[in-house]
Amino acid sequence: MTNLFNYIERPSPIHRLTGATKLVCMLLWSFAAMVTYDTRFLLLLSLAGIALFFVGKIRLKDVSFMLGFTVVFLILNNILIYVFSPLHGTGIYGSCTYLTSWHGRYAPTAEQLFYQLNYVLKYSATIPVILLFVCTTDPSEFAASLNRIGVSYRISYSVSLALRYIPDVQQQYDEISKASQARGVEMSKKASLFRRLKAASNILIPLILSSMGRIETIANAMELRGFGKQKKRTWYMARKFRPADYSSMVVSFLLLVIAIMLNRINGGRFYNPF
Amino acid sequence: MTDNKDVLVEFRDFGFKYNAQQEPTLFDIDLCVRRGEKILIAGPSGCGKSTLVHCINGLIPFSYRGEMTGSLKIAGKESRELDLFSISKTVGTVLQDTDAQFVGMTVAEDIAFALENACVIQDEMKKRVLRIAKTVNVQDHLHHAPGELSGGQKQRVSVAGVMVDDVDVLLFDEPLANLDPATGREAIELIDELQKETGAAVIIVEHRLEDVLWRHVDRVVLVSEGRIISDSDADTLLCLDLLSKAGIREPLYVQALKYAGVFLTPEKKPSDPALSCLDEKDREMVRQWFEASGKKDASKKKHSLLEVKDLCFSYEKRNRRVLDRISTAIYEGSMTAIVGTNGAGKSTFSKVICGFETCQSGEMYFDGIDLKDLSMKERAEHIGYVMQDPNHMISQTMIYDEVAFGLRNRAVPEDEIKSRVDDVLKVCGLYRMRNWPVSALSYGQKKRVTIASILVLRPKMLILDEPTAGQDYRHYTDIMEFLKSLRDQGITIVMITHDMHLMIEYADRAIVFSDGHIIADDEPARIITDAGIIKTASLRETSLYLLAKRCGIDDGTAFVKRFIACEREYRR
Repeated sequence: MTNLFNYIERPSPIHRLTGATKLVCMLLWSFAAMVTYDTRFLLLLSLAGIALFFVGKIRLKDVSFMLGFTVVFLILNNILIYVFSPLHGTGIYGSCTYLTSWHGRYAPTAEQLFYQLNYVLKYSATIPVILLFVCTTDPSEFAASLNRIGVSYRISYSVSLALRYIPDVQQQYDEISKASQARGVEMSKKASLFRRLKAASNILIPLILSSMGRIETIANAMELRGFGKQKKRTWYMARKFRPADYSSMVVSFLLLVIAIMLNRINGGRFYNPF
Repeated sequence: MTDNKDVLVEFRDFGFKYNAQQEPTLFDIDLCVRRGEKILIAGPSGCGKSTLVHCINGLIPFSYRGEMTGSLKIAGKESRELDLFSISKTVGTVLQDTDAQFVGMTVAEDIAFALENACVIQDEMKKRVLRIAKTVNVQDHLHHAPGELSGGQKQRVSVAGVMVDDVDVLLFDEPLANLDPATGREAIELIDELQKETGAAVIIVEHRLEDVLWRHVDRVVLVSEGRIISDSDADTLLCLDLLSKAGIREPLYVQALKYAGVFLTPEKKPSDPALSCLDEKDREMVRQWFEASGKKDASKKKHSLLEVKDLCFSYEKRNRRVLDRISTAIYEGSMTAIVGTNGAGKSTFSKVICGFETCQSGEMYFDGIDLKDLSMKERAEHIGYVMQDPNHMISQTMIYDEVAFGLRNRAVPEDEIKSRVDDVLKVCGLYRMRNWPVSALSYGQKKRVTIASILVLRPKMLILDEPTAGQDYRHYTDIMEFLKSLRDQGITIVMITHDMHLMIEYADRAIVFSDGHIIADDEPARIITDAGIIKTASLRETSLYLLAKRCGIDDGTAFVKRFIACEREYRR
């Protein structure tokens, strides 16, 4: 089963950073990649992201599922862009360089391809750091990190508990579905789509009921141990910031500053080679 | 005599009524728990003991609203004037469902949870967590996730999580409910050690009396229909017949002694599992009773209904085999118990048979039909599967509809449905409630609804995962007698269970799973007296065996059989 939080424990400099640092860096990095379409900068971020992957000792096969998912999504996205707005690139860069002798609406232009290359680069600049965050952040530290960047601890804790229970709920859904199939609910392709949907909604009732029961128990368990009483709480897993944490955050912040400055220099979000 | 400082929990003329209910749940409760005492609160399901637990730990009145009368003082202060947080500093509660009460991502964090909430600084927190973890012997698992722990370890962590607050009262809500027999015994030993070490008051709420009495308790408080009907030491209680009247099972050896005509007095210390105070006359009476038995049951001709050959299964290819070349047969009209530790493969075995999981290799035949050719739905017409957690099976809002669900899916005419559903509801003791919503039922009642909803399909074989989990003795007997009557009607029953009583009393055969293999397959009376099997499969020897030894009877197996025969006779 694929877990959303796929923490992989390995000794690496990135693992040693605190969860809060990684969260902040990931956010800054993503903002930097979001604000600009400067090809050179995005290329730099992509290469750096991939390099960090190696520093974090995360192997390609560890993230193959998520990566595969993103690649499929990216390809689909690009095809759709081309289908719905094949002249977007020429509009942005203000010129039109046809690459073929045919000059129809869907004729490839250097500008459009360049725009879409930038689009792909945006992904490749962000995805590695997000995956890296997911794979190198101990789920235990996640709530503490959220709390550290200012989210209330009640909300932080709920988020991390919810993440933890997702696999359990998946497993429960599976069991309930099998029990009801045994009682004669047809959920295979033999039944019509409508019947199958109806059957699936029938499973949701016991699932919700048992989840409600669980929520009640866990809420009681937490309350009985003093959760929510004080305005603040301490964290067993919290770690002190070390020089590496500060420097990582400074570097990430600088990246964002560079991105914003590039927008000024380029006179817009796009770098225009044409 | 009463030193007020030592009184930690004090009920005076106390009553409670939930806002959602018409009638009060608790009446005239007078109960006093002092520092250093160890108390067992026993009672059948629905007697109000959970409500009592909630009153002591403060969930009543702070989470569950209702009307309180009389007085309840926690450490000398009226509970309604305190708040949940301050009560939790005095009373630490270990909930029944240890899985659900795990709030930390790892063992260490879970233990630290209360400290985190109290804003204890990290260094101090780490020290205290380590100290407590050592007390309950989980210090090697501090960084493990809850899923990686065994049932017993989870419970140790839960206990550590409340002890870390240095509470004065440790409250255990049905601590044995989810544990296998051997682990349950360890839990009782752990509770005993902790109490001696910390001097805290311990309150155990449990209906499995014999298991709790494995270690001395100071008092047993018997609750029935919202009232305390007895509050005395265990020896006195065992000599009376209050327990069976209240629907609580007496320890098996006490029953055996009573069958043998031994007159019990508190001086004979019947609560002592070592039975050291029986005199020679009593032992002679037991021997005579044993020898008075006679007839052997003739072995019936066996026709195997389900045959399994070399069944192998693992959840993911690389993982170890959960079932490793399992071969066995289930005979028609038999009542078979499948026992073993958590994770031994018992539940997986039944899931593979029902088609919930697909085996990697092996053969399965039901009455000559190859099960592999049948879909999950088709298999269900032959083999009914009742899941352990009733909440996982119930999908309809009304009880009647829930039981009728399987028949409606099979397009049975509505008037036939009605007669079949009514019959089953009567048999399951639910007829009176047929028009109730399922949500109004207790856990045990829901369990009966799910059994009813499978029975209504009239399968030839019924597999039940822990059929009596969470049931008190009365409901346990009801369900088991009911299953037995089904067996007498020719339905083959397979029960996956941790309950040794159930196995020796009702099963005519027990199959023991351990680590994906079948390590024993024999009469329950023989299995339960085999030290080797008991150890590997984490079972627990029966107190009857000990009684036999104490009375100088060598053939423990025959003694257990004699008891079961007598039990069955008595029920009739």
